[in-house]
Amino acid sequence: MQVYLDNSATTKIDKRVLKKMRPYFEDKYGNASSIHFMGQENNIKIARCKKEISKILKGMADNIIFTSSATEANNLIIKGVMRANRGKGNHFLISAIEHPCVLSSGRELLDEGFTFDYISVDERGILDLKDLKKKIKPETVLISVMAVNNEIGTIQPIEEIGKIAKEKGIYFHADAVQAVPYLKINIKKWGVDFLSLSAHKFYGPQGMGLAYVNRDIKIKPIIVGGGQEDGLRAGTYNMAGIVGMTEALKLAYSERSEYVKKVKSLRDYFWKEVAKKIKNIRLNGDLKNRVENNLNIMFEGVEGEAILIDLSVAGICVSTGSACSAQNLKVSSVITAIGIDPRYMNSNVRFTWGRYNNKKEVDYVINKLVKTVERLRKFSVIK
Amino acid sequence: MSLNYTKKTMKHFLHPKNIGEIKKADAVAEVGNMVCGDQLSFSIKVKDGKIKDIKFLSFGCASNIATASVMTEMVKGMTLEEAQKFDWNKIVKKLDGLPRQKIHCSVLAVEGLREVISAYYKKHPEIFTKNKGKKETVSKIKKIK
Repeated sequence: MQVYLDNSATTKIDKRVLKKMRPYFEDKYGNASSIHFMGQENNIKIARCKKEISKILKGMADNIIFTSSATEANNLIIKGVMRANRGKGNHFLISAIEHPCVLSSGRELLDEGFTFDYISVDERGILDLKDLKKKIKPETVLISVMAVNNEIGTIQPIEEIGKIAKEKGIYFHADAVQAVPYLKINIKKWGVDFLSLSAHKFYGPQGMGLAYVNRDIKIKPIIVGGGQEDGLRAGTYNMAGIVGMTEALKLAYSERSEYVKKVKSLRDYFWKEVAKKIKNIRLNGDLKNRVENNLNIMFEGVEGEAILIDLSVAGICVSTGSACSAQNLKVSSVITAIGIDPRYMNSNVRFTWGRYNNKKEVDYVINKLVKTVERLRKFSVIK
Repeated sequence: MSLNYTKKTMKHFLHPKNIGEIKKADAVAEVGNMVCGDQLSFSIKVKDGKIKDIKFLSFGCASNIATASVMTEMVKGMTLEEAQKFDWNKIVKKLDGLPRQKIHCSVLAVEGLREVISAYYKKHPEIFTKNKGKKETVSKIKKIK
């Protein structure tokens, strides 16, 4: 049996999405920047896609810039906004649980004379608003906080942050990659100036992202060339990707309630059973303020990578933030930020459900997980 | 994460040899990697200057378990002297290689082996000094006492 419980890493593309994409590889392959009919038809299609997306996000179509990934979108927004607004200040704030692409963009800016601070999160994995207020400086230009954390699935108080940012005249970026379709994204209500999305997290194609950019704010492009996206992101438009992302986003929100209900019931069933069958485990991050498809569990006395590899042999795909699984041998910064005891830091495993999972699969995973943990605990140093 | 464990590594991870703790062990030692958090504990039984039995406990990833498992198989029956000079490269070779970022696991296993042998020597200073060719002096001192 093969069970994919790593839907926060990526998802299987929806067949309906793929069907919409196909013609753009086979027939409608015109370069959207060309002025002949094949190009112009696609140019019009892009405008339509932006309109449809903006309707869902409650934003403006002209503010949408298509990118190759959310990583690119986050790079563009953080580096682009800071570099273009030097006159306003040289300081920005990011939460302590951001994705590595935000952290790395921030660190890169240090070499250019910018500074930033981390806004701390509490032990539930939720941003500390008091700490945010404390860390705002007169020279703060931008606040960047993810809407939903990728490892522990916790939902951040985006609207509250938006209010604080507006009050202080600071620009606000929300990385909403893990929010679709769990949160009803509302750019106006959230008070965000910038937002990033990734298509493959919601059954769209890989290699396709989006940056929502408030055009009233100056931003400097990262990728320059043929002037696409009003010069803010050069490179031939990825027609199939754009069409696929739009369709995937539409489907995600039109089928939202049944989808969320489904993943929640599978996840809650799993957690109930696992908590009953395996002793000395704990949930990392808050259970209530968490997206419905995520669990991040600490298994005392066993190492996350060992669990992952053991499950992988049985055809089960999960992920871990343990140091052993990282190229740099460092524990996930999210696990560190929520203040987990060093003894337990390397014992976390993330399970994320999706559209194609079913109860039979969940039962199979529970069964295997019980055996895995039992086997590894048998010869654990930690008793 | 890109991990491609060899068949042999997977075999030792899924079916590790010599796991557990030796009851009434002659020496026990625990080592840990401060960076990645992995831990290993070894216990040995020594007879006639040779490792008669060795067992291990682990808190670590698949390669931590596999390296310790294969090493215990390799050093069983070795003299303490031989075992103390045991080279971690031999573990990597025996497993048909390890992913680059996992090489340190084999180093930790060897570190643990050396620690447990040192722990044994500390309990039996006469053997340690015998190995250095100073047995006579030691026994003389003992006699004077």
